[in-house]
Amino acid sequence: MGKTLTEKIFAAHLRDQPTEDNMILDLDVVMCHEITTPIAIMDLMEKGMDKVFDTTKIKAVIDHVTPAKDSKTAMQGKIMRDWARRHNIKDFFDIGDNGVCHALFPEKGFVRPGYTVIMGDSHTCTHGAFGAFAAGVGTTDLEVGIYKGVCSFRVPKTIRVNITGTLQPRVTAKDIILAIIGKISVNGATDKILEFVGPVVDSLSMAGRMTLCNMAVEAGATCGVCMPDRTTALYLWPFISAQYPSLEAAVDDFRRWHSDPDAVYDRTLEVDVSELAPQCTFAYKPDQVKSISELAGTPVDQVYIGSCTNGRIEDLRDAATILQGRKLAPGVRGIVTPATPLIYRMALEEGIIATFLAAGFCVLNPTCGACLGMSCGVLAPGEVCASTTNRNFNGRMGKGGMVHLMSPFSAAATAVSGVITDPRDINN
Amino acid sequence: MKQFGGPAILLDRSDINTDEIIPAKYLTEITKTALKPHLLEDLLLDGKPFGPSAETLAKTRVVITRANFGCGSSREHAVWVFEVNDINVIVAESFARIFRQNMFNCGILAVELDKSQIDALFAMKGNVSIAIDLAGDRLTATSDSPGQAAVECSFTLNPFDKKLVAAGGWLTYADSAY
Repeated sequence: MGKTLTEKIFAAHLRDQPTEDNMILDLDVVMCHEITTPIAIMDLMEKGMDKVFDTTKIKAVIDHVTPAKDSKTAMQGKIMRDWARRHNIKDFFDIGDNGVCHALFPEKGFVRPGYTVIMGDSHTCTHGAFGAFAAGVGTTDLEVGIYKGVCSFRVPKTIRVNITGTLQPRVTAKDIILAIIGKISVNGATDKILEFVGPVVDSLSMAGRMTLCNMAVEAGATCGVCMPDRTTALYLWPFISAQYPSLEAAVDDFRRWHSDPDAVYDRTLEVDVSELAPQCTFAYKPDQVKSISELAGTPVDQVYIGSCTNGRIEDLRDAATILQGRKLAPGVRGIVTPATPLIYRMALEEGIIATFLAAGFCVLNPTCGACLGMSCGVLAPGEVCASTTNRNFNGRMGKGGMVHLMSPFSAAATAVSGVITDPRDINN
Repeated sequence: MKQFGGPAILLDRSDINTDEIIPAKYLTEITKTALKPHLLEDLLLDGKPFGPSAETLAKTRVVITRANFGCGSSREHAVWVFEVNDINVIVAESFARIFRQNMFNCGILAVELDKSQIDALFAMKGNVSIAIDLAGDRLTATSDSPGQAAVECSFTLNPFDKKLVAAGGWLTYADSAY
């Protein structure tokens, strides 16, 4: 019987199998940020277990609230800093070098095909885009990961999502994943892996694949994965070139992780994107999704472009094509947060930051910020935000606020119109 | 081992998410006890804020709810906020993966029942109280309403999760096992 990509990764990392349904995996990377890690650190200290299993396998960042907004967030940052120093954790990213974890860590080449990754953050599934098994966990799992380098999982089944057809202009990976979540619901993939395959996935950039995998958790999935290929190898080449005689050799090597043709799936979901329109959420669950034209005309108070879902350079470029030569509609507040310092610099060099500024946007430093209502753009009760983020839960971006999730193209079209707008209705 | 069970509150909605259980603005706290007053602060039931009295919450030991409880963020704060309110059992049709794992990692119970069993609990009149027999995998719901018969359910716990509960959580278990 053949194996799926994740089954191959499990077999290569299996430390223990306490029951048929449970597995304890060795971890290649344990990622940490300042919201869920400080409590783990303090608990380990209290219990006399303040150790890290391997300093080179811990990657840490301050990203959720940065720079600190108050004494409490300053304390969270300090606990992280002191801990990183104490354990000589080299890959620790603080102010000036920091960015949204799921954009920053891939950029640094920390995730490779076949890896096992955990983080105390539900959007860790993003890293499955590299052909890795990456899962969000709670603080106790994080503690054990930091201390022992292992994590327990229920053995997941896999849903194969075969994405075919041709995307229309200004329809993106964000629209694909919103449509999939709308189809299978917020628990349609609970305890399962979403394996994204097919010609559309093959032609997506790593940024697009990361957007796809990022929101797998919004359907309940443990992880979203893509097969590692030439696109993956090209992205990682600066970090792996010493390991392989040629790019082709890397691509060949990655193939060993690919799902076998006779692998067993829970089911296969066929998604043809040829007719897919830009998507947008309504109400308070990410599976409450419609074509954006059905929500067209809904007034918004704020437009937010950023996050681990859509704060990458490709996303800012998409938005800039619409913002170029235009201004925010009167009364609309625009916020953009490039997800990492590298993305910020690229956007600066490409003139994209100038485009955002000329349109009237507030340009923030890289941070998670308003996505989860912690800082930098929290909504007032009754306010509406068009957002490129990943969750529209009640209260997510501020108590009493309403979030409509959409792509960067759609958010930019909405920004210049003042009402939710299909980006294909903006000429140029 | 902890004792499980006691007076229950019923949350008649599916897909209750972690932002509703504990809003992100409280994630800057670095002690679990600081979360205590904010349990289910942003929860909407039938579109209206959920607001049990402080006295009701203070004596609650069990939550009964519908499908996909605890979806959303990985924040273990969503489990701790129950724990610091002395709620050590959540009974639901199903849980989001990370929330369920966080419950057992803390050595407390996420019990899954069939929809028909959950319906029977929601149909009970009066104030419901839950008794858990961990050795026998049985749950008994009783009510203070005269004439309301007790509801008996059997449940299945994953054997590994049972070990975590017996050990008092994953950290203790992993510290001795790995």
